[in-house]
Amino acid sequence: MIEETLIPKLGRVTDVRIDTPDVKTFRVVSPDGGKCFEHIPGQCAMLSIPGIGEAMFSITSSPTNTEYMEFSIKKCGCLTNWLHLMEPGQAIAIRGPYGNGFPVETDFRGKDLLFVAGGIGLAPLRSVINYVRHYRANYGTVDIVYGSRSKEDLVDYNEIIEEWSREEGVNVHLTIDRAQENWDGHVGFVPNYVKELGFDVNKTVIICGPPIMIKFTLAGLQELGFEKKQVYTTMELKMKCGVGKCGRCNIGGKYVCKDGPVFRCDQLDEMPNEY
Amino acid sequence: MRKLSLFNISKLYEMISDNKQLYLPVDNGAGQAGYKKWEYGMTMSQALNTVRSAKDFFFPQTENLVDFKMNGKNIEIIDTRSEAEDFVLFGVRACDARSFSILDKVFLSDPVDSFYKSRREHGTVITLSCTRPEETCFCTAFGIDPSNPEGDISSWIEDGDIYFEAITDKGAVLMDSFQSILDEADESAVETQKTETRKIMAKLPLADFNLDGFGDAALLEKFNSPKWAELSRTCLGCGTCTFVCPTCQCYDICDFDTGHEVKRFRCWDSCMYSDFTKMAHGNPRVTQMEKFRQRFMHKLVYFPANNNGEYGCVGCGRCLAKCPISMNIAKVAKKLGDN
Repeated sequence: MIEETLIPKLGRVTDVRIDTPDVKTFRVVSPDGGKCFEHIPGQCAMLSIPGIGEAMFSITSSPTNTEYMEFSIKKCGCLTNWLHLMEPGQAIAIRGPYGNGFPVETDFRGKDLLFVAGGIGLAPLRSVINYVRHYRANYGTVDIVYGSRSKEDLVDYNEIIEEWSREEGVNVHLTIDRAQENWDGHVGFVPNYVKELGFDVNKTVIICGPPIMIKFTLAGLQELGFEKKQVYTTMELKMKCGVGKCGRCNIGGKYVCKDGPVFRCDQLDEMPNEY
Repeated sequence: MRKLSLFNISKLYEMISDNKQLYLPVDNGAGQAGYKKWEYGMTMSQALNTVRSAKDFFFPQTENLVDFKMNGKNIEIIDTRSEAEDFVLFGVRACDARSFSILDKVFLSDPVDSFYKSRREHGTVITLSCTRPEETCFCTAFGIDPSNPEGDISSWIEDGDIYFEAITDKGAVLMDSFQSILDEADESAVETQKTETRKIMAKLPLADFNLDGFGDAALLEKFNSPKWAELSRTCLGCGTCTFVCPTCQCYDICDFDTGHEVKRFRCWDSCMYSDFTKMAHGNPRVTQMEKFRQRFMHKLVYFPANNNGEYGCVGCGRCLAKCPISMNIAKVAKKLGDN
C-alpha cells in the first residue's frame, strides 16, 4: 500500500534538557540513528505517545544539524505533561514534516534579519537562527530580541549566551518582564524594547510569541516605519491530521498545518480574524 | 442503454453479490431507509433517500488507522491496513454521487489518504435517478441533475423496467458482468422521465435558491456579517447537520487502549462541538456563533475558494429535514445573500 502520512514512524529520545521550570528540550533520533526525516526551518512534526495523545510541535533544531532533531516543549496539557516525564531511551511516535516553513532560501536571502521572540515562541525561531548562522554568508546582520517572564524562563539561555551573542554580526537583546537578582540586562516587555532599540526599517522581521506580544510588537514596528509585508510570523491552532484534511486549523480558507504555519503579516490581513 | 424487468432484479442482485459485496437502501420498518448489505429476499427502499448519506462507505464513521504495542520504553508500530474488498453501492442518488467527488477533492489531494483511496478504488457506484424529489431538495443549485445522476453506472426505473447506462470504465466492467440478463432498450422512456422530473424540480420551494455573491471575493464581507449572531442564536450545537451531511469530512484522531495494544482510530468530528478547536492555551472559536459560522463559511466560501468555485454542499436537504431548530444552509445562504 502507498505511504500513509497518518501512520507515524518510530523515534527515540536520546537527551532531555531542562530549559526552564516548564520547558524541556527533547533530542529525538530514528531507531537507526540520525534524523527521522529532513525538514526546513519553521516546519513542524506530530509527536505522540500512543494512548496519551498526539500534537503538533515546531522543530527547534536547525536542518543543518545532521544528527538529531530537537523539540522545545512547554508543559501545558495532558500530552505535554506526559512528555515532560520522559527519560532518555523512551520511544515516541513521530510523523512529518508538516507546513510551509520560513522562506530561508528565497525572501530571507541577503537580508538583515530581526528576530523577535517571547517565551516558548523562541522554539520555532531557533531553527531559523541556527540555519542562518550556519549559512552566515548568505544573510546580513542578525538581531535577536528575546524576552521572557524571568531569567529562569528564557529558553536556550546557555546557547544564547555561549554561542549566539559571541558570534560576529549577531546582536542579542534580552529582556525580562520584572527586575530580579542576578540580572543586569534590560527589564520590560518585548514590544516596548523593540521600539526602544529602534531598528533600521530595511530589516526583515521574524516574530513569534504570545498573540498579545505579536500584536503590540507589530504595532510598534509599524510606528518605526516597518511594513506588514516585511514581517513573518508562525501560527498555532489545534491540529489532528497535519495535512489540511481534518478541518480544524483553518483561518478562513487557509489551513495552518499545510498553508502555514508561517504567514506574512500582510497575508493575515486578508484572512478572518479568528486565531 | 440496456434494461431489465424489475421482476428479475433479484437475479441482478444475486449476480453482483457473487463477486462483490452489494449494498442498497433498505427500509428499516420505521419509515426510514439505510444502506444494508444485500441478502436474498431484500428489496430496495422506495424512499427518496437514506437518512444517513452514503459517505460511510468511503469515509466510515470510525476506522482504525494504526496499532501500537507498548512495552516499557519501547513502542511497536503496527500498520494494520489492508486493501478494501470490492463492493457495489446500488441506488445512490445524484446528490450523494456528487458528494463523492467533493470528498475526493479532500482525501485524494496530496498527500493522498490511503484509507479513503483504497475504498474508492474498490467501490463501484450505481446511481438511481430521482422521480419524486421532495421540497427539501435543492441539488440543482449546484448544477446537479437528479434526473440524470453521475456515478459509475446510472440507472432509471420507469414503468416496471430498470434502465442502465455505464458512465465510467469501472461501471462498464461491472455492467459486463450482468450483461447476460439485460435487454436492448431505447432511450425514449428515460428521456420522458427526465423531462418530467425537471418539471417537478422547477416547482419545488427551493428552485430559486442560488449562491450569487458567495465565493472567494466575499470572504471577509461574509465572515464579518452581523447576521451570524441572529442566525446562530438558537443553534444547540448538536452536530446533527454535520453527521447527516454527505460532504462534511472533518475528523478526529484518538487513541483507545484495549489493554493489549493501543488502537489509534479516526472518527467523524463536528465543527459544532466546543472542543473541536480547543487547545491547551485557548480556543479560537469559543461561542456557538463562531462554530456555526465556520460550518457555513467552509461550505459556501472557504471550500469554493480552494476548489475552483465548487461549493461544499450538494443540496441533498438532509440538514433541512433533521435540524431540531429548523436552521439550515438554505436559510443561511438566503439571509447572507440579501444585502
